[in-house]
Amino acid sequence: MFRIFFILLTGVGAGYLLRHTRVERHAQRGVRITICTLLFVFGASIGADHEMLRNLAFLGRQATVIALLSVVGSLLAGFAAQRLLFRKEVKR
Amino acid sequence: MKENLLLFACFFAGILLGNLDAVPQLIITPQLPSLLLMLLVLQVGLGFGADAGLRDTIRSLRPSMVLLPLFTICGTLLFAALGALVPGSRSLTECLAVGSGFGYYSLSSVLIADLYVPHLGPQAAAELAAVALLANVIREMCTLFGLPLFARWCGRLAPISAAGINSMDVCLPGIVRYVADGFRLVPMAILHGLVLEVSVPILIGIFSKL
Repeated sequence: MFRIFFILLTGVGAGYLLRHTRVERHAQRGVRITICTLLFVFGASIGADHEMLRNLAFLGRQATVIALLSVVGSLLAGFAAQRLLFRKEVKR
Repeated sequence: MKENLLLFACFFAGILLGNLDAVPQLIITPQLPSLLLMLLVLQVGLGFGADAGLRDTIRSLRPSMVLLPLFTICGTLLFAALGALVPGSRSLTECLAVGSGFGYYSLSSVLIADLYVPHLGPQAAAELAAVALLANVIREMCTLFGLPLFARWCGRLAPISAAGINSMDVCLPGIVRYVADGFRLVPMAILHGLVLEVSVPILIGIFSKL
């Protein structure tokens, strides 16, 4: 966790120093490429785990239920937080 | 939308090629995702640091922003608990532990595989860990692909909440892009991810003891 935070701070510092160059555009393109790569790698590690793929239907149903409920719960929580706490700050 | 389809395509191409054993072992080493994640975080930081509005954003940090992750935790756990009511689902504490991953599939599944052994035995613990992995991947995918819709329907903070941990890395570019004036939310999104990250081992630790 601290490693991620440190890398983030390093990036922010370097980006700030390089703010007069085209680093922002390069970084944005880099982000898109990295996310695609990450998803491919992640898919590959799921696909290569044959045991898991075989049980996927059963375990996946349980997982989907919990995941969808979590997403709905957090969407409502975010909506409530905006209404209750951050009305002024979050307004455009 | 075109970009989201590209993300989908990358993911499914990965599953397909992985299943056909057509990818080199190098790609499925466990270290590679965390390396890529670091690269991603570095790039997000670079873009953020080079942004002209940085000073305004830092000035906009408020102590009350810590409350957003607390809302996310409560909302997620309340609804994850409902999962125990669905027939054929997991027990209440297992649902809560899986929900406590907040999209952090790698850490939550490893923690569950480890902490649930005394409770369930190694086989069942590994199975629950797989459920945690899948559930948190699904959460990440849902948010990644649903972000534009969430931002339109549920306001500016809901996408951050739904992203969970990933509000600070994988989903951060989407938040910047699809949420109105998203760059201003970057500090809050990062803080949100950090607070949740700390809470994952704490919450899973608690639920595995119950």
